[in-house]
Amino acid sequence: MGMTMSQKILAAHAHLDSVKAGQLIDAELDMVLGNDITSPVAVKVFEGANAPCICCPEKVSMVMDHFTPNKDIKAAEQVKTVRNFANKYGVKNFFDVGEMGIEHALLPEKGLVGAGDLVIGADSHTCTYGALGAFSTGVGSTDMAAGMMTNKCWFKVPSAIKFVLKNKPAKYICGKDIILHIIGLIGVDGALYKSMEFVGDGIRYLSIDDRFTICNMAIEAGAKNGIFPVDDVTREYLNGRFTREIRAYEADADAEYERTIEVDLSALKPTVAFPHLPENTRTPEAWGDVKIDQVVIGSCTNGHISDLRIAADILRGRKVAKGVRCIVIPATNTIWKQAMHEGLFDVFIDAGAVVSTPTCGPCLGGHMGILAAGERAVATTNRNFVGRMGHVDSEVYLASPYVAAASAVAGKLASPDEI
Amino acid sequence: MKVCGTVFKYGNDVDTDVIIPARYLNTSSATELAAHCMEDIDKEFVHKVKPGDIMVAGDNFGCGSSREHAPIAIKTSGIALVIANSFARIFYRNSINIGLPILECPEAVAAISAGDTVSCDLAKGVIVDETTGRTFTAEPFPPFIQNIIDKGGLIKSISKN
Repeated sequence: MGMTMSQKILAAHAHLDSVKAGQLIDAELDMVLGNDITSPVAVKVFEGANAPCICCPEKVSMVMDHFTPNKDIKAAEQVKTVRNFANKYGVKNFFDVGEMGIEHALLPEKGLVGAGDLVIGADSHTCTYGALGAFSTGVGSTDMAAGMMTNKCWFKVPSAIKFVLKNKPAKYICGKDIILHIIGLIGVDGALYKSMEFVGDGIRYLSIDDRFTICNMAIEAGAKNGIFPVDDVTREYLNGRFTREIRAYEADADAEYERTIEVDLSALKPTVAFPHLPENTRTPEAWGDVKIDQVVIGSCTNGHISDLRIAADILRGRKVAKGVRCIVIPATNTIWKQAMHEGLFDVFIDAGAVVSTPTCGPCLGGHMGILAAGERAVATTNRNFVGRMGHVDSEVYLASPYVAAASAVAGKLASPDEI
Repeated sequence: MKVCGTVFKYGNDVDTDVIIPARYLNTSSATELAAHCMEDIDKEFVHKVKPGDIMVAGDNFGCGSSREHAPIAIKTSGIALVIANSFARIFYRNSINIGLPILECPEAVAAISAGDTVSCDLAKGVIVDETTGRTFTAEPFPPFIQNIIDKGGLIKSISKN
């Protein structure tokens, strides 16, 4: 029996000729990631185990992105704990304010992760790097600590679902609509414990940013990882950033998939996940009249330069509706600078939006845009659980940057062709 | 090990944001986290829970964020066992790693009601609803995972190796 892309990467890192679904393996890691929320717990576990040193400090990254710039004294203390640990144990890939960005945009940008890698991160959206042809998955803080101690992690080899993406995406359709459509189709546990492998003639129309968005939200379908094959788009992105060898894996012709699902990208409509689960997806005819108080354009899901360009295209020459707060958050300093040089900030500010420093901030109800009781936000973020962006009685509608920007102008949930 | 306690029952897709909201993640203190456990879906939980009590839930328990703070908050609140139809995979790993007992048993979930007294022999996976007298058997863990549980969590299991 052949192997999937994901299984081939796991086999290579476990130094095995082949693996099969359900097999338990120990595999070597290329990168272990933590952030300012999960690293303090990992530090506690690591120090509690009296480990003498980090096995491979160059294979550890710590990104202070969730509650930074430190939102309060406790957040500052947490970052200080991690900073001291990084200094003590020689973690060079420690990124604080000024160097940091949202972790899942920053690590690819810095070439710290790439094709063929095996990556674990104490953050559920670590699955993002599948866009680069890596096997990448979220774990907890104890797994992160064990990864730092041994440079290894145990895995149950996942089975997989194949998504064949066909044709060119329709107008106003980007990675966010594609992944929301898929989550709507299979549900928030539709890929539980499994790989989501994306192939088909449609993927050549998807930018690397679209692919980041799609793999980023694989976890919202319960998946262990999401992955794209390596092609010219991947190589162009990795070129000049990723200095290790590119290891491109394709699934064997006889690889076993539990299901194959075809998605016609040319037939998709702007797709929004209504509260309070990412699977509650609706297309414009079913949106109704949803008045909004806030729009957030950013996050590890949609804070890339192409997302900001999309938002600027919609907002150019228009105004954010009175009573709506529109917050734009470039995911990294490099993206921030690029957006500034391209004049996107003029567009945002003239429209009445604000531009924040890179942070996860409002996505998880941390800071920089928290909702009051009864308030509603359209956000390009990844979760709309109860209380996710603030008060337990607030609501989050997950959408693409097209829809988020259009909604900011309309003052209600709106499709870009409505404005 | 045998546990026995009162059941707190929840539905499907209980996410880690409601188990411990992110607004409390500026600390890694287990007792501080436990003080806010489940508050966004069950304000009474922290006032009613007693050491040894049992949580029962539907599909995909613990979905969402990777925060280990979620099983830490549940464990520190006093919950001795979580029984669900299924667990989200990161929550599953985290629970095994930190030593929060979890069992998958849809038959038990369907039959057990909130407030029932339930006992369980964790090693055998035998669950008894003492209120109704019904008995259920959970799927055993694979030996690899049972070994981590027996050694007292992931760090202890790799340290001894």
